[in-house]
Amino acid sequence: MISFSHVSKRYPGGHQALQDVSFSIDAGELVFVTGHSGAGKSTLLKLLVAIERPTSGSVIVNGQNVGALNRRAVPFMRRSFGLVFQDHKLLFDRNVFDNVALPLQIAGFPGKDAARRVRAALDKVGLLKFEAAMPITLSGGEQQRLCMARAIVHRPAILLADEPTGNLDTEYALEIGELIRSFNQVGVTAIIATHDQSLLAQLAPRVISLRQGVLEPGAAA
Amino acid sequence: MRAWLAAHAGGFSAALKRLSITPLGSALNALVIGIALSLPVGLYLLVSNLQAASQQLTAAPQISAFMALDASRAEIAQIEVRLKQTPRITAFRLVPREQALAEFKKSSGLNDVIEGLPQNPLPDAFVIDAADASPEALEGLRDEIRQWPRVAHVQLDAQWARRLDAGLRLARLVAAILGTLLGVALVAVTFNTIRLQVLTRREEIEVIKLIGATDAFIQRPFLYFGALQGLAGGAVAWGIVSAGAYLANRSLGELSHVYAALLQLNNLTPGDSLVLLLTATALGWLGAWISVSRHLALIEPYIHKSLQ
Repeated sequence: MISFSHVSKRYPGGHQALQDVSFSIDAGELVFVTGHSGAGKSTLLKLLVAIERPTSGSVIVNGQNVGALNRRAVPFMRRSFGLVFQDHKLLFDRNVFDNVALPLQIAGFPGKDAARRVRAALDKVGLLKFEAAMPITLSGGEQQRLCMARAIVHRPAILLADEPTGNLDTEYALEIGELIRSFNQVGVTAIIATHDQSLLAQLAPRVISLRQGVLEPGAAA
Repeated sequence: MRAWLAAHAGGFSAALKRLSITPLGSALNALVIGIALSLPVGLYLLVSNLQAASQQLTAAPQISAFMALDASRAEIAQIEVRLKQTPRITAFRLVPREQALAEFKKSSGLNDVIEGLPQNPLPDAFVIDAADASPEALEGLRDEIRQWPRVAHVQLDAQWARRLDAGLRLARLVAAILGTLLGVALVAVTFNTIRLQVLTRREEIEVIKLIGATDAFIQRPFLYFGALQGLAGGAVAWGIVSAGAYLANRSLGELSHVYAALLQLNNLTPGDSLVLLLTATALGWLGAWISVSRHLALIEPYIHKSLQ
């Protein structure tokens, strides 16, 4: 489903973020990308969703070479991902329902089906009763669950989370961990960039570990 | 097709929502655009009214030939014969000096002054219709009649109308130049409004780009916003010009009484109004398009703010 082969990324300033990284992830896997900040986790995620392009090597997602993708094709490729951010990236000018409906609007999903799917996603993360609330009124944990609902509402093949528990208390972090596990159990490939050790213990995933842009031995597969 | 319609409906309603979030700002923008557009449109309306009037006047150009004050009956009869003999003249009419004075008394209301004159100051005159109404033919005829004995003065009645026409063409040009400049101003105003919007919605744009929004999806609300703002400005301009025409007609109505002639300013035709609204809409759209395509390219999403 996803494969990196000999991927290097050097930023214009000269910083070498990734160096000759190769690994592959099968459909339905649950994978953690770990490493200290600056190890290259975020660069890896950016390469996956075509925010950055590799300096050399190839990033293949669903059979598409993401690094060589035409600019016009990028939005459609991104729709195969569900993205969860550390800072949620919710839109505060619209209510909970409309936030979750956004990916469906973008994909041009017709109204009635969309509403049904939005409610299903909200129900899944336990926020159905807040559908008319504004996101600013939600707690940090609820906001993160809202972000999860938005990520999975269009039923993406891959869930991509960047430090999903980064700003949360242990209790909320456990909830998020359970949600990730449940999505993975229904067949969603999940890639989580984190250094949250308790999340690691909770989910017991396969681990891809980065150190200063290089894959740590033993982690590659 | 349905998805396409839904996408546009979504963009349209998002634009409406953005307009209604800042009602005062939106109203002021529409007002600025409307005032700017009303200047060339008002000028255009004035010019086309005057042009229509002048065309009515120039439709039947006539030549007036005034005899010398001391011309005798016999001399006038001689001129009448010559006029009859000239094939380029289709008709003519003698206005005897007594009749001219009576008409002048009636229309000017200066009875007392005229009564006090020692003698009739008006000459006998001929009003002449030419077969060929082209300016060259009329001028040739005028010059010929001028040579005839005892003819004191020959005047082309249409001449002032032609001068007016030339003046009006100049005014039309001014209206066109003003219209172009203020059209550019409309584009610039929209460009700036949309630029500010793109900047304040930067985070939202980044997020929806990450979620997989195409450029068209992101641009649509901005384009509708620009078009709606242009349309609102066009409507304001229409209102200003119509109100101006209405007020002008009220005072023209009083003038009409005084001059016993019907003076009236016709308002913009439905066709003109449609062109005004469509042009304003299109210019608003254009400004938004230039702005949004320029500024969207500068916004690329990020996952989080650190570089690595």
